Amino acid sequence: MSWLLLCAALAADPSETASSTLLTLESRALKGVERTPVEDPPPIVLYNGTVMPASGPAIARGYVVVADGRIQAVGEGDAPQREGAVRIDLAGRFVTPGLIDTHSHLGVYPSPGGRAHGDGNEATAPATAGVWAEHSAFPQDPGFQRAIAGGITALQLLPGSANLVGGRGVVVQNVPTRGSRAMRFPGAPETIKLACGENPKRVYGEKGGPSTRMGNLYKLRQTLVAAEAYRRKWAEYDEKLAKSVAPADPPKKKKGDGKPPEPPTPPDRDLANETLVGVLEGRILPQIHCYRADDMLSMLQVADEFGFRVRSFHHALEAYKIRDILAEREVSVSTWADWWGFKLEAYDGIPHNAALVAEAGGRAIVHSDSSVGIQRLNQEAGKAWHTGLDAGIELPEDEALRWITLNPAWALGIDDQTGSIEVGKRADLVVWDAHPFSVYASAGLVFVDGALRYDKSRPEVWSDFEVGQGAGEGVP
Amino acid sequence: MWALLSAAWAGCLVLSGGEVFDGKGFVKGDLVAVDGRIAAVGTGIAGLAGDTYQGRACDHEKLPAGALVTPGFVDAWASIGVHEIGLEPATVDDGGTPTDPIRASLRVTDAYNPSSAYVPVWRAAGITSAVIVPGGGRVSGQSGWVRLAGQTQSDAVIEPSVAVHADLGGESKAEALQTLRELLQDARAYAANKTAVDQNRFRSFVEGASRHDLEALGPVVKGEIPLVVMVDRASDIEAVLRLAADEKVKLVISGGAEAWRHAEALATAGVPVVLSPTTYGPGSFDQIEARPDNAALLEKAGVTVLVHNDANYNAPALRFIAGNAVRGGMSKAGAIRALTEGPAKAFGLDDHGTLAVGQVADVVAWSGDPLEIGTRVLLVAIDGERQSLDNRHQALFRRYRTLPGSPTPALDVAPLGK
Repeated sequence: MSWLLLCAALAADPSETASSTLLTLESRALKGVERTPVEDPPPIVLYNGTVMPASGPAIARGYVVVADGRIQAVGEGDAPQREGAVRIDLAGRFVTPGLIDTHSHLGVYPSPGGRAHGDGNEATAPATAGVWAEHSAFPQDPGFQRAIAGGITALQLLPGSANLVGGRGVVVQNVPTRGSRAMRFPGAPETIKLACGENPKRVYGEKGGPSTRMGNLYKLRQTLVAAEAYRRKWAEYDEKLAKSVAPADPPKKKKGDGKPPEPPTPPDRDLANETLVGVLEGRILPQIHCYRADDMLSMLQVADEFGFRVRSFHHALEAYKIRDILAEREVSVSTWADWWGFKLEAYDGIPHNAALVAEAGGRAIVHSDSSVGIQRLNQEAGKAWHTGLDAGIELPEDEALRWITLNPAWALGIDDQTGSIEVGKRADLVVWDAHPFSVYASAGLVFVDGALRYDKSRPEVWSDFEVGQGAGEGVP
Repeated sequence: MWALLSAAWAGCLVLSGGEVFDGKGFVKGDLVAVDGRIAAVGTGIAGLAGDTYQGRACDHEKLPAGALVTPGFVDAWASIGVHEIGLEPATVDDGGTPTDPIRASLRVTDAYNPSSAYVPVWRAAGITSAVIVPGGGRVSGQSGWVRLAGQTQSDAVIEPSVAVHADLGGESKAEALQTLRELLQDARAYAANKTAVDQNRFRSFVEGASRHDLEALGPVVKGEIPLVVMVDRASDIEAVLRLAADEKVKLVISGGAEAWRHAEALATAGVPVVLSPTTYGPGSFDQIEARPDNAALLEKAGVTVLVHNDANYNAPALRFIAGNAVRGGMSKAGAIRALTEGPAKAFGLDDHGTLAVGQVADVVAWSGDPLEIGTRVLLVAIDGERQSLDNRHQALFRRYRTLPGSPTPALDVAPLGK
């Protein structure tokens, strides 16, 4: 189909706007060839355990009823009967929502680490908004299975932080598929990875720049200026296009000869700018790698200048210094429990960070950025919570649980679908054999959309890499 | 010899009302440390009366119910004080020149900075000693044992040479093993022919090995200190075990992701393994068969296990890393020994790592199970001296407890007299 025909077809609906034309183009790029894996599990009743819904305090002797992939009921005491349901006696075990990691490089830096597996940084130019992490993400990364053994049911796969604009992230469900697209979390918005501070200037300092923090800001703003121009070009095109096509219901009075003008020639597409227009229009959620407080403030200024909102600062070790501003502006903080000092911009990291952010009313998130850490996100949240308690920051247990469930769900735009045990939400659930903030706790059962995806007593091998070699069957 | 330079702390410390780790578990008892050494442990200690021991006034910590007392934890694979801000070369001193792959004579503790801001952070996490390890090269140099106290190198470095470290990484493991074998044989030849070497009447040695390197390998070939080889893959562990047996050197395996595959052989050869229980397979091609019960399987076979944290940017999490070994099936007592007695024995610091009478009084009191996340450090003593638990993290926390522009906190003024 020629461009003209394509655009004419796209413009057949007179209500189309500039951004929706681009959206329609994008929807073509988002079509899949593999069906999202659909399980048809029987209804499940989990009962006689501690239900920690994340939306509120724990229910000491609680139950959860699941059917059609959704949570049907949650409550205290005796579970209701449900015909045909598999009843699981928790015998005092703990149920939480599935854990969600806002910052993972699984799939883009798969295991085993090696030359062939370095697909996370398109470090060929400082701004590569046109690349998508999804196109690097290797669903055969054994790390996905290790992550589900740690209770991870959804995660954001991100490009690395070599670039100011690293490209699109992708929010996925932790399910085995053949291609990464089928992992996409249904209905999740698009995301973009940006980076500030040391990494871009270190990587590009001797490759044409930027080589300084001011260079970082200049290059980022210049990139956004170009995106604004691109957005205008398409708006003008769409305006002309709308006038050129006869509306379905022609106006009664006609001017001139009554013929609409010739359809305009569409602007050349630019995939990088298409992504950035999504950012400017608020459709694509910015996820910004940033450590220092002043760097984060600079990024907020850029966001204000170009009219978008930062969804989450990642790493954000100095978020505690600006927690009032971040809370007021509803910028979430994805951070670690206790990492610090590995680079100068990480030197002021303190283990109270998440607790201080939460205390100030902000959205704290404990993320992993690690194929190792993602296996124990529950422990990381527990550490961060206890550090706060020990320092007199009295936060309830369910607040700390939100750091790895509901808050990351919000940062990824899927909090209406998952992240808490509430009626109507997807049945993404973890059954723990001990309190999830204990170092000794392991996930025993993990459900995604109500389907049992991990059973500690009967683990399956997901990755083809592990078939027929290594510890293979029976790991982890 | 170095320890003689440091003035032992003269004083008395009493921890009462807790349960004390005896290597197998926790038993009710008090602990008394006098002049840097453990003087008494148990119930009904003779001469202990309130705040005095044998008539001497003591620093007395009455522990709350449920408190547990362990030897101070040891990070058996650390770079604290020599590798600070990873991406700032000016603060990184644990490596060497790539063109000089054999640097057995390098003593990494010569660069140890006792004023490192990291030291008080580790100490507040119950870590009282660290084995500082050099990195890079084929033979990276000598590790040393430091106590996480003291203002000077001479006060902090207990033993500057506890082991020589080698690494099989690089182009070819076969070549690495060949070089190590030749080097060990050269070190033996050098030791037996020093005069001839000095008079230039001896054959040449393996390329890159200086006279000082061969000298430094002397204690290794004499079996006085171990050779530590960083190796993960089972077949490489097997090859290194063979090398150590042939060359009659004491061996320690570090990494050891697939060590469980040779658990029996490691136990028979008495080779300790320094591992991280959170190493997972297949993180690298040498860790394809890593599994979460590695430590448990080694313990069961009778191997001395030492636990370390893969990352130095959150090394204070060491005890939780050990907790994950327990999650993988290791005994709790075994995991605590892996942080105390294990490293002390493996690196020849026999007067560290246990709470027996006469031992160096590196002691930590915990609010509960030391491997558990909700447990707090109550007290840290190094050489019998109570340490401050304050550090840069706490200082930054205090500074930002109230934000600039926030309402001024209420004045907390003490009443002026009665």
